[in-house]
Amino acid sequence: MTTTDPIYRTDALIAEDIDAYLVQHQNKSLLRFITCGSVDDGKSTLIGRLLYDSKMIFEDQLATLEADSKRVGTQGQEIDFALLVDGLAAEREQGITIDVAYRFFATEKRKFIVADTPGHEQYTRNMVTGASTADLAVILIDARKGVLTQTRRHSYLAHLIGIRNLVLAVNKMDLIGYDQARYEEIVADYRSFATSIGIADFTPMPISGFKGDNITSKSENTPWYSGPTLMAHLETVELDVTSAQAKPFRMPVQWVNRPNLDFRGFSGLIASGTIKPGDAVRVLPSGKTSTLARIVTMAGDLDEAVAGQSPTLTFADEIDCSRGDVIAIAAEPPQVADQFEATFVWMADEEMLPGRPYWLKLGTQTVSATVQAPKYQTNVNTMEQLAAKTLELNAIGVANFSTDKPIVFEPYADNRSLGGFILIDKISNATVAAGMIHFALRRGQNIHWQATDVSREKHADLKNQKPAVLWFTGLSGAGKSTIANLVEQRLVRMNRHTFLLDGDNVRHGLNKDLGFTDADRVENIRRVGEVAKLMTDAGLIVITAFISPFRAEREMVRQMLAPGEFIEVHIDTPLAEAEKRDVKGLYAKARAGQLKNFTGIDSPYEAPERPEIHIDTTGMTPDQAADAIVAKLIP
Amino acid sequence: MTNGTVVTKILTHLERLEAESIHILREVVAEAERPVMLYSVGKDSAVMLHLARKAFYPSPPPFPLLHVDTTWKFKAMYALRDKAARDAGMELLVYQNPEAAERGINPFDHGPLHTDMWKTEGLKQALDKYGFDAAFGGARRDEEKSRAKERIFSFRSASHRWDPKAQRPELWNLYNARKAKGESIRVFPISNWTELDIWQYIHLEKIEIVPLYFSAKRPTVERDGMLLMVDDERFRLNPGEIPVDRSIRFRTLGCYPLTGAVESEATTLPQVIQEMLLTTTSERQGRAIDKDGGDASMEKKKQEGYF
Repeated sequence: MTTTDPIYRTDALIAEDIDAYLVQHQNKSLLRFITCGSVDDGKSTLIGRLLYDSKMIFEDQLATLEADSKRVGTQGQEIDFALLVDGLAAEREQGITIDVAYRFFATEKRKFIVADTPGHEQYTRNMVTGASTADLAVILIDARKGVLTQTRRHSYLAHLIGIRNLVLAVNKMDLIGYDQARYEEIVADYRSFATSIGIADFTPMPISGFKGDNITSKSENTPWYSGPTLMAHLETVELDVTSAQAKPFRMPVQWVNRPNLDFRGFSGLIASGTIKPGDAVRVLPSGKTSTLARIVTMAGDLDEAVAGQSPTLTFADEIDCSRGDVIAIAAEPPQVADQFEATFVWMADEEMLPGRPYWLKLGTQTVSATVQAPKYQTNVNTMEQLAAKTLELNAIGVANFSTDKPIVFEPYADNRSLGGFILIDKISNATVAAGMIHFALRRGQNIHWQATDVSREKHADLKNQKPAVLWFTGLSGAGKSTIANLVEQRLVRMNRHTFLLDGDNVRHGLNKDLGFTDADRVENIRRVGEVAKLMTDAGLIVITAFISPFRAEREMVRQMLAPGEFIEVHIDTPLAEAEKRDVKGLYAKARAGQLKNFTGIDSPYEAPERPEIHIDTTGMTPDQAADAIVAKLIP
Repeated sequence: MTNGTVVTKILTHLERLEAESIHILREVVAEAERPVMLYSVGKDSAVMLHLARKAFYPSPPPFPLLHVDTTWKFKAMYALRDKAARDAGMELLVYQNPEAAERGINPFDHGPLHTDMWKTEGLKQALDKYGFDAAFGGARRDEEKSRAKERIFSFRSASHRWDPKAQRPELWNLYNARKAKGESIRVFPISNWTELDIWQYIHLEKIEIVPLYFSAKRPTVERDGMLLMVDDERFRLNPGEIPVDRSIRFRTLGCYPLTGAVESEATTLPQVIQEMLLTTTSERQGRAIDKDGGDASMEKKKQEGYF
């Protein structure tokens, strides 16, 4: 290798004039990138090599590395750079990287943060995670193998997450004798694939992470290659944060700063654009406008703030603004909608349930959102669009989303910060999906709520009662329908206007298209919830008798109704007792394997944690239970 | 852009790291019920505290500082600790594990048990006692291999254990801070800073750090290849051992009998950075803690609840 390029050696300036060196290095920029490749493409080796060549390895680490290389290394007596990078104990044993790890190195021009993302099939979510903060992706190919299924998948994911700078690093060139024809064949092969999925441009280069060819200095082994070295390219490529400054100003408000009555500031990380005092700004979703007064920082007020900074802003007028709002330039505000289409990646072991409400976090906004059944799912290996009823771990699909209140957003392609979101399971609190908004659905804008003159209060007054939903939940055979029926009889005797929605009966009509999968159970409850809500609007006391096994859906119905109207009644019968009664003979069928997805047998029942009414059927008769419930409703 | 006068400002890496850390600090304050900042008086803590002051200015940071004390820190550390809290206008909580105190746990007699009782157990007890649900820590991903894989928001079970296989994916700058009752989060706002970033930032922002980072003549003894400073009369000298004044400084600070010094003439910050850049050994070599238990020892400690 030639050594004409001295910049990666320890800078002489450090020893000669440290102050000059510090001034020079205070002005470095920051590039985040990811490396993706299959298990044996040499990803960890490449990162280890970058650390080594940029003098990020200390003598003691090098000594450990040399010892480890001999003990567990895969490169014989030579240094195994991969050992520098493979962190967790479990991975060392398996010899593969299993999670996202972040590495750091710097040159004279830039500091780099590398997300090391796994190439193993089951870990799509890790790659998407690593790619979400990256400006650039290095797609590694083993020159001996060429473009593989994994190469296509990684490229698709990098493109999906919006990375515009792709490097195609054809690695292990040393093992094919630096064969130019083979290299060009691989590049051409990749180009035809890239074009087919909409990747407009990429930068190919022949390298060897193991030998160091074209990493920090031009390789003598590839005289036919005239492009930049990997490091030179990383040092000069344009940063996303810089291009974001050219877009309209947006800052999601994180926190309202109120040290005293005289100061009210709004703190956040600027997502795009630039702002100056005196600029006209608009607060979304309210749409109220004001003028920017000050850009406050501890080091003094700024004349201007740009995307990537975290200042505190103040307005000239007192207008409402709080966490979750977005401050934007007044002339070009972002959109506000409660229904939109998005691509999303499912990241949880438990499959996605259409209709179930999840928390959706976008910027600093957190709302409740439901996902409709996917329009399709994309096979990440073939890019085919397949029909799907749900998404499983690592699956990618497109669906419509609706939120319980409007959110401020921009299409992901325009603004990652205002177009990317995560979904959070309401019970486990796990992050279950990552999504990217395409556009708002016109439906959301065009269907308005029709105001009616006879209000729900009027309906209720006329009946001289307070509407409510007595939501019975419990195992099959617990006694829900029996007790619900007795409760309704008592209420009618007391001149109350009621209606009993029974699980079995509803499935003969409204819900006859639904089965007993988890997804169908969620939809079943959603529809019943909506019907119950309409009936409370009509002033009725609604009694429902459904197994309704999942907490999340019962919680969803509670949220649909006015506060205090949802009364959860847990008909608590132990499984053994319900099975012993087996009034409908269903438990016997389920045990015999003739009935699938039966609650309590092969489908879970999540008991209420704090029901308003708890009925222990082992300690009272159905009549006593009905009396107790009526006494709670009408004291 | 329509106005055609956009002049881009290239943010430096330190400006971007600062903005990211400030964003993280604010997210926690907005979403956690009872946050606290673990303050260990070292240079990383100094930077983290400085960032917190910037994040919430002109308000003081809306959480207290917590020092999980082992009673064996350097005297100079205790002095700066109290001053830094005062300067920031923050409440300082100091916690010492009463069981460790009662049993007289110390670094001379008890080896790894010293760290386990005072630090790991002490931290768990303190978090439980005050009911903190989010604790900021100054760990950096470049320090140690298992930290390179830890999330910025790192969840702990009700018994404070870390499960490296059940970490939540962290996308973009969206942090999911939701948790069940009893669970807590450790949050690492300076995850993406390197040792050099820390020093450059201290230099640029003129952040006050413990004078032990700068060279001075200090009484030392040499043991097992480590230079130890005799900081007070509790230091047990071996027979025939006499403290010698040497020009030393520290690259990392912990319990003084466990922290190795380096011989140095660097008395200013630029000189310290110069020495760091020209040096050939990594930062944590001065600390004994990573060495017991082989190369997976820090990961094991973290699973058990060490910060």
